[in-house]
Amino acid sequence: MLETKRKEKSILTFPADREIALETNNLQVYYGDNHAMQDASLQFPRYSITALIGASGSGKSTYLRSLNRMNDGIARVDGEIMYRGLDVNADEVDIYQMRRRIGMVFQRPNPFAKSIYNNISFPLREMGIKDKSKIDGIVESSLKQAALWDEVKDDLKRSALALSGGQQQRLCIARSLAMSPDILLMDEPASALDPISTHKLEMTLNDLKEQYTIIIVTHSMEQASRLSDYTAFMHMGKIVEFDTTENIFTNPAVKLTEDYVSGNFG
Amino acid sequence: MDAVKKELTRKSKASRQDQRGKLISLACVTLIMLVVLSILYMITSKGLATFFENKMSIVDFFTKQVWNPSAKPQALVGALPMIVGSFSVTVLSALLAAPFAIATAIFMVDIAGKRGRKILQPVIELLVGIPSVVYGFIGLTVVVPFTRTVFGGTGFGILSGTFVLFVMVLPTVTSMYVDSLKAVPQFYREASLALGATRWQTIYKVIIRASIPGLLTAIIFGMARAFGEALAVQMVIGNASILPSDLVSPASTLTSVLTTGIGNTVLGTLPNNALWSLALVLLLMSLVFNLLTRFIGKKGAF
Amino acid sequence: MNAKRVDKIATAVIYLLVGIVILILVALLGFILITGLPHVTWSFLTSPASAFNAGGGIGDQLFNSFYLLFLTLLISFPISLGAGIYLAEYAKKNRVTEAIRITIEVLSSLPSVVVGLFGFLLFVVQFKLGFSIISGAIALTFFNLPLLTRNIENSLNGVSNLQREAGLSLGLSRWKTVTKVVVPAALPGIITGIILSAGRVFGEAAALIFTAGQSAPVLNYANWNPFSGDSPLNIFRPAETLAVHIWKINTEGIMPDASQVSAGASAVLIIAVLVFNLGARWAGNYVYRRITASK
Ligand SMILES: Nc1ncnc2c1ncn2[C@@H]1O[C@H](COP(=O)(O)OP(=O)(O)OP(=O)(O)O)[C@@H](O)[C@H]1O
Ligand SMILES: [Mg+2]
Repeated sequence: MLETKRKEKSILTFPADREIALETNNLQVYYGDNHAMQDASLQFPRYSITALIGASGSGKSTYLRSLNRMNDGIARVDGEIMYRGLDVNADEVDIYQMRRRIGMVFQRPNPFAKSIYNNISFPLREMGIKDKSKIDGIVESSLKQAALWDEVKDDLKRSALALSGGQQQRLCIARSLAMSPDILLMDEPASALDPISTHKLEMTLNDLKEQYTIIIVTHSMEQASRLSDYTAFMHMGKIVEFDTTENIFTNPAVKLTEDYVSGNFG
Repeated sequence: MDAVKKELTRKSKASRQDQRGKLISLACVTLIMLVVLSILYMITSKGLATFFENKMSIVDFFTKQVWNPSAKPQALVGALPMIVGSFSVTVLSALLAAPFAIATAIFMVDIAGKRGRKILQPVIELLVGIPSVVYGFIGLTVVVPFTRTVFGGTGFGILSGTFVLFVMVLPTVTSMYVDSLKAVPQFYREASLALGATRWQTIYKVIIRASIPGLLTAIIFGMARAFGEALAVQMVIGNASILPSDLVSPASTLTSVLTTGIGNTVLGTLPNNALWSLALVLLLMSLVFNLLTRFIGKKGAF
Repeated sequence: MNAKRVDKIATAVIYLLVGIVILILVALLGFILITGLPHVTWSFLTSPASAFNAGGGIGDQLFNSFYLLFLTLLISFPISLGAGIYLAEYAKKNRVTEAIRITIEVLSSLPSVVVGLFGFLLFVVQFKLGFSIISGAIALTFFNLPLLTRNIENSLNGVSNLQREAGLSLGLSRWKTVTKVVVPAALPGIITGIILSAGRVFGEAAALIFTAGQSAPVLNYANWNPFSGDSPLNIFRPAETLAVHIWKINTEGIMPDASQVSAGASAVLIIAVLVFNLGARWAGNYVYRRITASK
């Protein structure tokens, strides 16, 4: 029994009939000479939430940002990121189309310096949707999905910067959802939020799982265990273990993982 | 599924937009580059014509004292009086302005406190923005008579030019030095005071020393402004292209001869080309000032 | 001498020097305003200048100054915006970018006479535009470009990277992200910069005497057809500005009240600069509040 815990690495793979929304094969990321992500191979099943956990500096953001090429121009990325049978980094892939389908929500809320309404309608209009009533509909539905509608519906013309941090973050989620993406990447979306806003956000994500594939970076073990179906544990630029969340938290295969999730780290 | 793949691989509107945007902004930068290069090229080629087309001697240009490019049969292009004039007013006004600027800047940052700074800062900013013709007008109506009564002579001359430029560069130098004083970390001051140093010792030994590069940059910036200033100087210097024997007799600078002369000469003739040579000297000097500040900026921190 | 005494003496010297500076500043502003303001009447501001007799105004010059300022900003703002965007958003950190920055700095350090003379050579003579508003506006543009470009670049750099990432992650092009997100967010700084540069342009004379010229032909303010000769809007007519007017009447003016006219005109210039300075602050703050506040 103890012997199995001596494993160095344990990565879950899925049976062929399970639909995979996104997968990386031997992904490498370099910041100059710093090899910040090594041999990352993960599969993200469709309509599930996967949590990325690990200590600060372990490479969670690095990995996540590579998935929709937000690291372009900052880091060098090697290896495969397969989405719908295409490598995201391939020349033939249009980066803008790809990013619409693989949306991202950042650690710090970053609404545009525009009204609440325009924060959502502006990217839609840029995408080519001109019909005002259609835009209105999307604004409303995405705000509802992000559980913000009731708080702002009377004052959509207000500047988004006048919202609270938690509201801003939910607006950013609504803005991403409005593009109707396939996959939602979230980098510690709750780190700037108070417990109540965090709770609301988690409820939102739970509902969104029905229609989206979500990959979320979090520092909170509770959040990962409450929210996610699968969990990947990273350490010093490597993926140490990937499994169902239940296994990771109750019966991890690698000693390092066990130490980390039980708080005996370091 | 395949429809999505198709969409993903089709070149989107956004990607075309991006290429266009990059091109537009690059075009703007290129335009500015072109402007600079053509200024450098045209002034240089015009300025050198005196020596290559009209076959005047470069050595004479920098050493001879008589400026009479339209003299017959032998034109005389000795630019020494203007060069001396330009350097005199520049150096003298910088020397005069430096102590006042240093004192004012130190006062604003380290002595006056918030309220003093709040009053002085906008006034200094306003003065930086006052048009040079206004300084020239005041020079003409106040400074020249003042110089005449106090120092004798006609009042027109290098001294008046110095006074006018002093007032002009003072706010520029002060506000630049204020910025570099503000950049000196607060703990320098605290550490020095904690060691028992008096305020002046702190200012002199720590703050000024730490901000020497910033001070030099500010002064050179002021000198560049003084050297290139045309109208204010031209209004008070007297505009006599002879080597000045003292500070209160009429003299001239590169800029003053340029502004008075360019409209009265015919393009392409020697008298006109000679003026472009003066402009070339002006241009080269501004490049020198630029290099100097760049050099200092590379070496110093604040 | 002990340190305490030196400290006292040095402090006294600093106070003395600062006192002199303040005295000069007060005297300077006081002189212009006290001698100038009494001449600033409505008729002074609106009537045309007179060459030989007393009682001339500065109406045409004032109009010319504003018109030239307007044209200059019209030309220089888009170019500076493009260049600022390039430097802040697209330029990579390499030698070429460094060279671009140096070149722009060189342009900003050129004396304005030199810029004016270049404008004279190229536009007035070579392109045969003559002394004209358009030649003047282009010369002023050259003089304004580097400052405005640097200001815009700095304002754009001041916008948080989070804003750019927000745009890019939504699949917007970098260009759209910059023009529709970053530039609006940088607007307070940009507007402050534009107005401050307007103050400089408004008072500039050296770059204009050989480009826009030193004469103010009679204007017919009833004729707004920009292509006709005596229309104020005609960009091919010579146009003496307020600053040039002050220089001109002080160097070769022969009207008996040259000094009063100059004083009045100087006061107007100073007040204009003051208004531009205050306006820059106010407008920057106002736009900032508009963007961030609840309404
Ligand atoms: N823009 C960058 N340039 C250079 N190195 C970077 C950059 N961003 C991250 N790194 C480096 O990559 C490594 C992984 O950083 P990353 O931000 O991915 O960690 P993280 O797991 O997200 O940490 P945290 O939990 O603190 O957000 C670190 O060593 C970091 O120094
Ligand atoms: Mg991170």
